[in-house]
Amino acid sequence: MGGAWTITRKELLGYFCSPIGYVVLVIFLGLNGYLFGMTNLEPGMEASLRPLFGRFMPLVLLFIMPMLTMRLLSEEFRSGTIETLMTAPINDAAVIAGKFLGALLYYMVLLATTLFYLIPLVRHGTPDWGGVVAGYLGLVLVGALYIAAGLLFSACTSNQIIAVICSFVFLALLAVITDWIAMNVEGTPRFLLQYISVGYQYGDFVRGAISLSSVAYFLTGTFFLLFVSVKVLESRRWR
Amino acid sequence: MAAMIEVQNLTKYYGSLRAISELSFSIAGGQVVGFLGPNGAGKSTTLRILCGYQPASSGSARVAGFDVFNQSRQMRAHIGYLPESTPLYPEMRVREYLRFRARLKGVSGAQISRRIEQVNGQCWLAEFINRPIGQLSKGMRQRVGLADALINDPQVLFLDEPTIGLDPTQIRETRHLIGSLGEKHTVVLSSHILSEVEATCNEVIIIARGHKVAQGRPRELGAQVAGQSSLIVEVQAPAAALQAAVAALDGVRQVQVHENDGWLRVRVEPQGGNDLRQPLSRLIQQKGWPLRELRREVASLEDYFVKIVAGQ
Repeated sequence: MGGAWTITRKELLGYFCSPIGYVVLVIFLGLNGYLFGMTNLEPGMEASLRPLFGRFMPLVLLFIMPMLTMRLLSEEFRSGTIETLMTAPINDAAVIAGKFLGALLYYMVLLATTLFYLIPLVRHGTPDWGGVVAGYLGLVLVGALYIAAGLLFSACTSNQIIAVICSFVFLALLAVITDWIAMNVEGTPRFLLQYISVGYQYGDFVRGAISLSSVAYFLTGTFFLLFVSVKVLESRRWR
Repeated sequence: MAAMIEVQNLTKYYGSLRAISELSFSIAGGQVVGFLGPNGAGKSTTLRILCGYQPASSGSARVAGFDVFNQSRQMRAHIGYLPESTPLYPEMRVREYLRFRARLKGVSGAQISRRIEQVNGQCWLAEFINRPIGQLSKGMRQRVGLADALINDPQVLFLDEPTIGLDPTQIRETRHLIGSLGEKHTVVLSSHILSEVEATCNEVIIIARGHKVAQGRPRELGAQVAGQSSLIVEVQAPAAALQAAVAALDGVRQVQVHENDGWLRVRVEPQGGNDLRQPLSRLIQQKGWPLRELRREVASLEDYFVKIVAGQ
């Protein structure tokens, strides 16, 4: 995977040099700060990050992650830099891996800003560390899946707007709509819909449990979407 | 010596559109080769295939000893490519960009700074090497693109329309630079401007509508064309006698006579490379016809090129 790390570094630094990185950072900090303040900083509230990790977090990410991923490949196609990129001695999988890791690391920087909320929890209470660890792990896994989906749509088009809309619709289906439908059907369809729903799979982490099947769900989903992205990038060779 | 670039029966379809067809040529190392053709002739397509950016529909190609299709990655480590639009990342600074590209091309960590200093000197980047690429003019961007193509010290350089969009001074500088690169690298550049190719290249490949039309040194191609140049004579003489007398000369392929304000204007097309100026003037002297003009219409490479472009 020579060259993947070079691309990761470039993408990660790129977020700190571009307006979109800061826009996403501000939205993320603003929303989380508001939620944390409204729930945890009230008298008599539980000393945990559960509100932060709550079920709506996949919804917040639903809005901000496509913004992080939309330019990853679309911009290369639009500006033509894809030609210089792909004629360097680097293979398609390394390009996808590098871009994915770059976005994932930036997202982890975003998440790291919420570590600050632990300070008042530790000073004024005794948080359940297992719950904290499970929550963060869950968020990293959800983020990875969203980034892989965003990267796939970014690989499909040279138009960032189309990439962001398609990622949003796809993730909305995966995270929310399947859950809604699942609640209105019975039996096997319900089971299947719940199984593919991000909200349902993420539920365990919210409760502070790390279940193997959920971890497997996120990892296979992420790898599958990355694999398809590599194939989409390769497909330009036989067009 | 084995050819640096070897292309055999290369064909590329975009859907049902045939961009290049059955293209074959070979290029020896250490040359500056011009790829000449009108817009849409298939120049960029050919370069993209040779750089490993897209595959051909059929045919084979070897660059720097590697098969372009089966050993694409090894091959790409030995080339530098400057695409037509000079795509760069506007948010990066020049030095940062070159560092990124050097790493991507596998230049070892210890070598990177040295290579950057070298291309900096070769492409005159010093005045803007610390500026963001987004702020640079077209000419500066072109130099950055060229520096990127050179950063891994490649054996073969592919430059797609390297002087397009530059002002005359920059064009001259760039041509000079390309000329100097020919000493160390094999350079393939594409252009639709003939004078550019004549000025910088020691070999020209002319392609039109996806076919190779000619290959050779610019001077040889020029001579080939000049050999077919026709003579223009203006004399006062009986038309029929003139026509018959000229046509009877050795090596005349075709004679056309036109009336031109009291004089007869004769266009004589020679057979092969015959120079008919002397026999013609002797004939006219013998007959005692008044002569007011005798000249050779030198067909330049330009005319040849225009003919090809026009599809003749």
